[in-house]
Amino acid sequence: MSTATSTDLAPDVTAHKRTAGRTWLSIALGLTTAVWLVPIIAAVYTSLRPFNETAAKGYFSAPDTLNFDNYVTAWTQANLVQYFLNTLYITVPAVVITLFLSSMVAFGLSRYSLKFNVILLMLVTAGNLLPQQTLITPLFRMFLAIPLPEWLSDSGLMYDSYFGIAVIHIAFQMGFCTFVLSNYMKAISKDLTEAAVVDGASVWRQYWSVILPLTRPALAALGTLQFTWIYNDFFWARVLMASGDKRPITSALDSLQGLYFTDNNLIAAGSVLAAIPTLVIFIALQKQFIAGLTLGSSKG
Amino acid sequence: MSSETTLTTAPRADFEDDPPPTRSRWSLLSGTDRAVVWSMVLLPLAVHVAFVWVPAMASVVLSFTDWNGISEIGWIGGQNYVDATTIYPLFWPAIAHNVIWLAVFFLVATPLGMFLAVLLDKEVAGTRFYQSAIYLPVVLSLAVIGYITQIFLAPEQGMINSALDLDIDWLGNSSINLWAVLVFASWRHAGYVMILYLAGLKGVDPVLKEAAQIDGATQSQTFFKVVFPVLRPINVVVLVITVIESLRAFDLVYVINGGINGLELLSVLITQNIIGEASRIGFGSALAVMLLVVSMIVIVPYLFITYRDMQEA
Repeated sequence: MSTATSTDLAPDVTAHKRTAGRTWLSIALGLTTAVWLVPIIAAVYTSLRPFNETAAKGYFSAPDTLNFDNYVTAWTQANLVQYFLNTLYITVPAVVITLFLSSMVAFGLSRYSLKFNVILLMLVTAGNLLPQQTLITPLFRMFLAIPLPEWLSDSGLMYDSYFGIAVIHIAFQMGFCTFVLSNYMKAISKDLTEAAVVDGASVWRQYWSVILPLTRPALAALGTLQFTWIYNDFFWARVLMASGDKRPITSALDSLQGLYFTDNNLIAAGSVLAAIPTLVIFIALQKQFIAGLTLGSSKG
Repeated sequence: MSSETTLTTAPRADFEDDPPPTRSRWSLLSGTDRAVVWSMVLLPLAVHVAFVWVPAMASVVLSFTDWNGISEIGWIGGQNYVDATTIYPLFWPAIAHNVIWLAVFFLVATPLGMFLAVLLDKEVAGTRFYQSAIYLPVVLSLAVIGYITQIFLAPEQGMINSALDLDIDWLGNSSINLWAVLVFASWRHAGYVMILYLAGLKGVDPVLKEAAQIDGATQSQTFFKVVFPVLRPINVVVLVITVIESLRAFDLVYVINGGINGLELLSVLITQNIIGEASRIGFGSALAVMLLVVSMIVIVPYLFITYRDMQEA
């Protein structure tokens, strides 16, 4: 195969060909991006228009009126503030505790040669991959059967409590975080902990003061990712909570759905509001977000 | 993570480049320290096992019973499985819908995401913006995507019908609604696959591609013969994610119509059998076990591939 073509050709011809190719590539990507953004733009556009107008003209029409009335209605009538607070009560503790517990397991499994190291890692990795519905039936009964003190749950049960939803997120997400963190910690040099051992540091000190600070980039990336996933949860809160007024925002949006007719403009406004926190996080922390998803996978 | 599948592969390179062991010698630890290490590992794992594996295994046990949540538990052997596959009218349609979902993801959404990643990897001007835009749907919840779907496909005012002056009941007609919903599910899935492949492509040594091109390989030959095989760990992750996401599909159809009338999926049937008036714990569990078994067909090989790589280190 002696076809060193491109290098033998006149350089201006290849350069020209390459520029033309890149122009086409830019056009193709620009068009794809435009198509990709249409659904999001359409949702925002619909949310700014009054129901009566779109009922008469259809969603695909020039606007007569553009205002924030739907947002005001969604915010005041549908009690969105409460739903956002519910999300906060569940998501923040769930993310923090998931990272804390996973980092401990990862520390133990990656820094010490325990028996069953690999089997335990396989167990949590597999657990995180199960479709939620494979465990929901017994879990639902467990949540109904486990009593909680009143200060933790006003229902007196795991079922229909912020605590219960946070616990299932923690248990489920721990798999992925443990897997990522143990890979990360394994790459940290042994010399660092050895030095701490010489200084007489306990295992806990090695974890808390030596390893954990070095794991900060991975924790930041995972935290961003986990916040988004838990925020976006629909299934757990839908099945394991009875009361509409305790549900987090993602699974409570249908309270905007009327009994007799659906005001999609109002729901669009609610959807945009619900999406804002994840969009802000994505735009502000895009690097963290993508790092969390691809941590480790780019090194294969 | 709502219904999100997240995965990474073991960073094999780290082990190969880093022969000295990073693990401390267990025998040097004091009794207290050993107890601390064991507690740090086992207490959190107990939470995981109690709320993930115990219910998953309980699904298996309960699937052989006729329990309805109230009565005494009666053992009925494999009767639930027989009933599900022979007399439950929604079972086979749901299976068919899950298979279609998987096929569309596997044949359309995943290749599209891969293709977009290859284009973005060329780094033309504005790539950062294109990349963010294509990734954007992935940070939206599937519930929100369900509402966006309705804006487009609602029969009277919907974007599509009012733009093209059509009168099609996209979401109400059971012979087309699954396909219509899959357009929006794919919109999100392709973005997810794109970001995974893009990270993988950035890790491919450019010398490989240059060498292939000097040898006269075309762009597509370079990709399929040289780059794609190097991306094996990513391919495995993407394959697992594609299958598991297809099995987990729930939120989108549930938001649109509760998962009925052409949008039945196995995940929806399981849920319908435990919430609502007719609580059929045993029967729902049998459906869950079938979902569990199918999931394990991809999870178990994935674990072996991943951890074999790790143990070689």
